[in-house]
Amino acid sequence: MHGTSRAILSGAAMSDLQTLETQILGEIAAASDEAGLEAVRVAALGKKGSVSALLATLGKMAPDERKSAGAAINALKDRVGDALAARKSVLKGAALEARLKTETLDVTLPVRTGGLEAGRIHPISQVMDELTEIFADLGFSVAEGPDIETDDYNFTRLNFPEGHPAREMHDTFFFAPGEDGKRKLLRTHTSPVQVRTMLAQKPPIRVICPGRTYRVDSDQTHTPQFHQVEGLVIDRTANLGNLKWVLEEFCKTFFEVKNVKMRFRPSFFPFTEPSMEVDIQCRRQGGEIRFGEGEDWLEILGCGMVHPNVLRNVGVDPQEYQGFAWGMGIDRIAMLKYGMPDLRPFFEADVRWLQHYGFRPLDFPTLAGGLSG
Amino acid sequence: MKFTLSWLKDHLETDASLAEICEALTRIGLEVEHVHDPAAALKNFTIAHVLEATQHPNADRLRVCMVDTGSGAPVQVVCGAPNARAGMKSVFAPEGTYIPGKNITLGKGVIRGVESIGMLCSAAELELSEDHDGIIELPADAPVGKSYAQWADLDDPVIEINLTPNRPDAAGVAGVARDLAAAGLGKLKTPPVAPVRGEFACPVNVTLDFAAADKHLAPLFALRLVRGVKNGPSPEWMQRRLKAIGLRPINALVDITNYITFDRARPLHVFDAKKVAGDLVVRRARAGEEIVALDGKTYALDAGNVVIADDRGVESIAGVMGGEHSGCDENTTDVLIESALWDPYNIASTGRRLGVSTDARYRFERGVDPDFNNPGCDLATHLVMQLCGGEPSQMIVAGKQPVAKSGMLFPWSEVKRLTGLELTVQEMAAILEKLGFAVERTAGNSDRAIVHAPSWRPDIEGNADLVEEIVRIAGLDRVQSTPLPRASDGVAQPVLTLLQRRVSGARRALAARGMLEAVTWSFVSREQAAIFGGGAATLALANPIAADLSDMRPSLVPGLAAAAQRNAQRGYGDVALFEVGQIFRGAGENEQFYNAAGLRRGAAKPGGAGRFWGQRAAPVDVFDAKADALALLAAMGVAAGAVQIAPGGPAFLHPGRSATLQFGPKNIVGWFGELHPATLEALDLEGPLAAFEITLDALPAPKARPTRAKPKLDLSDLMPLERDFAFVVDKTTRAADLLKAVQGAERALIADASVFDVYEGPGVPDGKKSVAVSVRLQPRDKTLTDAEIDAVAARIVAEAEKKTGATLRG
Repeated sequence: MHGTSRAILSGAAMSDLQTLETQILGEIAAASDEAGLEAVRVAALGKKGSVSALLATLGKMAPDERKSAGAAINALKDRVGDALAARKSVLKGAALEARLKTETLDVTLPVRTGGLEAGRIHPISQVMDELTEIFADLGFSVAEGPDIETDDYNFTRLNFPEGHPAREMHDTFFFAPGEDGKRKLLRTHTSPVQVRTMLAQKPPIRVICPGRTYRVDSDQTHTPQFHQVEGLVIDRTANLGNLKWVLEEFCKTFFEVKNVKMRFRPSFFPFTEPSMEVDIQCRRQGGEIRFGEGEDWLEILGCGMVHPNVLRNVGVDPQEYQGFAWGMGIDRIAMLKYGMPDLRPFFEADVRWLQHYGFRPLDFPTLAGGLSG
Repeated sequence: MKFTLSWLKDHLETDASLAEICEALTRIGLEVEHVHDPAAALKNFTIAHVLEATQHPNADRLRVCMVDTGSGAPVQVVCGAPNARAGMKSVFAPEGTYIPGKNITLGKGVIRGVESIGMLCSAAELELSEDHDGIIELPADAPVGKSYAQWADLDDPVIEINLTPNRPDAAGVAGVARDLAAAGLGKLKTPPVAPVRGEFACPVNVTLDFAAADKHLAPLFALRLVRGVKNGPSPEWMQRRLKAIGLRPINALVDITNYITFDRARPLHVFDAKKVAGDLVVRRARAGEEIVALDGKTYALDAGNVVIADDRGVESIAGVMGGEHSGCDENTTDVLIESALWDPYNIASTGRRLGVSTDARYRFERGVDPDFNNPGCDLATHLVMQLCGGEPSQMIVAGKQPVAKSGMLFPWSEVKRLTGLELTVQEMAAILEKLGFAVERTAGNSDRAIVHAPSWRPDIEGNADLVEEIVRIAGLDRVQSTPLPRASDGVAQPVLTLLQRRVSGARRALAARGMLEAVTWSFVSREQAAIFGGGAATLALANPIAADLSDMRPSLVPGLAAAAQRNAQRGYGDVALFEVGQIFRGAGENEQFYNAAGLRRGAAKPGGAGRFWGQRAAPVDVFDAKADALALLAAMGVAAGAVQIAPGGPAFLHPGRSATLQFGPKNIVGWFGELHPATLEALDLEGPLAAFEITLDALPAPKARPTRAKPKLDLSDLMPLERDFAFVVDKTTRAADLLKAVQGAERALIADASVFDVYEGPGVPDGKKSVAVSVRLQPRDKTLTDAEIDAVAARIVAEAEKKTGATLRG
């Protein structure tokens, strides 16, 4: 131990303090972890530590000697304290760094893709939601009806007389005749929903009728089931000019273009008179179709003023009420807008197709956000 | 309906170009489907003179020809045709010409060492016929250097229009011309038909043999004999037109009937009079009668068909097809010309039943012009006499000319009312008159007229039809787009029903669980239907498109399972699919429901599909299906715990790994589970497959509430505390029963109880399992003392024992 006698205090004592300090600071610097550092601290500043022992000698000194020695020893104590704190912070940082190193993971490993990333909405459903958004804004409700229909609702009330060649334009799926001798069928269009709506509801009427329809047809471009949306407006004044406007507004909004040029051609449907087919102007480039530009015409829908016979068949007076109707293929407008080249894969549930052409679960179409975002 | 431009110009005097005519046709509703302009394809082929033809020095079958093409020096052409010879005229194609029949473009060639410039062509190479035996031989007077197509009148463009069923009049070139003239494209010049003066009485009589109620089946029948005709090929011009529209020339008499069918939409029939035995009777066929028709096929007839018969039997299926026996051929010298009216519906049903589509049926079932019945016979007689000579008899007419429809009182304002388009009465009347309508102004009232439709327009029934005629000719582009007034002032009102919102919401909810939405067929196979609870005869299609698409689906799952299997076969075995769509429990309109179903295959777990480095891959199981089902119910607003889960489900599910979802035993809304191994085997599926299905229509509606405000939130300031219990119960004891017992022990305090571990094995007796339950206690008024907590714990243990026989694990 260092000297405790008065003899070494003034001259040699000062150099002893120096030696002690050098020794302690050396020990602090050499401490390799917090535990080692704590041992150094105890050895110097602990109750029985070397610096504490020096401080204990002060009491036996003369007052003037005590003053100068006290100052020197306390200064030593402070310097040791500072050195300890500084070393402690360094050691703590190093320890944390070492721990972090051991905790390091390969963050490039893949994670699981669950719900929102993996799920998809089928394009038909997405387009149905788009149609609902657009027409709800114009005050149209969504009317639905059964897929299995009667001949009466699918044909007769829609002014397709029994045996009329117009019926042959619809290759119809039939069921075996029932007990009443009448055979039911799978609706060939969603027009029977118009009949049901007009029978159930007094004008004014504004509905769209989306749904699944069926025809005995299967080749590259036809499937035995497909989807249609029809629209119906019945009131006291709705005319062909209004029909043009509704369809123009629809096409602009649906195809998300500023302008769309449409061509109305006279045509024939038993349930409308006058009847028209509508082409829209487009440009075909490679596999893509752009609307609102170009030189080509693409047929997209059929429409017309509701035939007076149809109105009479549902108990509406054609002199008091009038209106218009239109119909188009949901699958077809989905293909035109989103670029699927073929119809058949719509119903094949190939996960590669669904992942590619499907829509993300939260991409709900809204008018406020833009239909397709 | 096809016709050629020159044919049209027989009826229409016009300066309009082909493009203008086509544009107008589409604009007025006779949509041009296709225009074939053969001249464009053949414009490089010219008439050439073969000056010399010598043997090729290096090839026995080839000849070296010097050909005068009419421009410059003769060119050398190597030709392999056996008929190539000096002095002949043929068709030449210079180098650079595309040869349609060979799909090549000619280059300069050296054939077996001899230079050959251009080519002499066969008819097959020009795609004019199948004839490729030799090069085309032209008459000596064919002008060298001229366009072959032009010289041979092959430059007549063929126009095909898509005819709507309401326009039988436009099934004839004359009718098309009338529409074009009305639209301002020229002047109609169809020549009138002069009546034929018969030289003698027709020796064959006709009887219309029908009951009074059947008279409509054959209202009018005209017949004339022309004797002493010389039948043979029809003239070039007629053959060219018939060929251009895809008809095969047969002989002059038959070609005349086909020509008039297309020229005037007036189908006719000709009998070889020498083969007709006795008089003709028009009647319903008798059961068991048969006819070999002109197409060589035998048709079995019944009373639903109208026939023309003689003493021998049936000679013709009325309005559809004649019989082979009495048909006209090159030996015919006496011909009977028939022009008749038939009932459109009867013709349509006969044609449908016999499976015969002919140009005659096409027109009769749409309705031919009754006023042109007898003129049609006269027109045919003129042509027969002109092309085949002969002497005509008087015309026999059986039946009566149908009475014309009466006029319609037409307020001109109907056009504005229905279309918004304002036109002058003058313009509207002019359009109708040009289309052949008679417009009778009513005295003292200029607002309305009496309009008589022409005999060739059976489709015109009422005012709306007249409006259509006027606007289609005036031009639909003149109708101004006019905003439809908003349904209600201000912000648009909601329009969807609860079910419609749920259908759309169900799709989003299931997609958000990582599943892909499929849209599968509404039809399944009979076997699939039967396995999944369907297969009723009322839901079987009478005319399915394929055997495996024969029955309406009782469930969405068979379609999804088959889809998953197809994906697995393509190498994508871990798939999660869902569908929200219609299912059928009966054919009634209230027996169709909206179901939502999901199916997981392989390792397509809700947290992610397939193998993963951080976790061992596990196959999908009943709990994945349960999680999907409960998530869907939550998204549909069904409160957690409101639905009961009854173990066991429909027979197509694994009996020990399935459950029924219900609101009481009578109100079953769905199920979840793993598919039964027998189901997998029957449907050729590889598992594991876990699925659920819920009928959205069956879910209860949320309670109607007067405001949208949510109930007041009741929060406690006191800390909740958790206690864990390890119970030992029988292996068959249901966790739900244990939890129910635990929760029932102290309803006011127990906020939640959940199972956090289930264990069987060492330490637990055989036939038993350990179920660890965590209970969350929520004090309401004051902090619980240790004694109070112990008392609750004791009650929980006692209740669990009482209800399920549970004991605490020692």
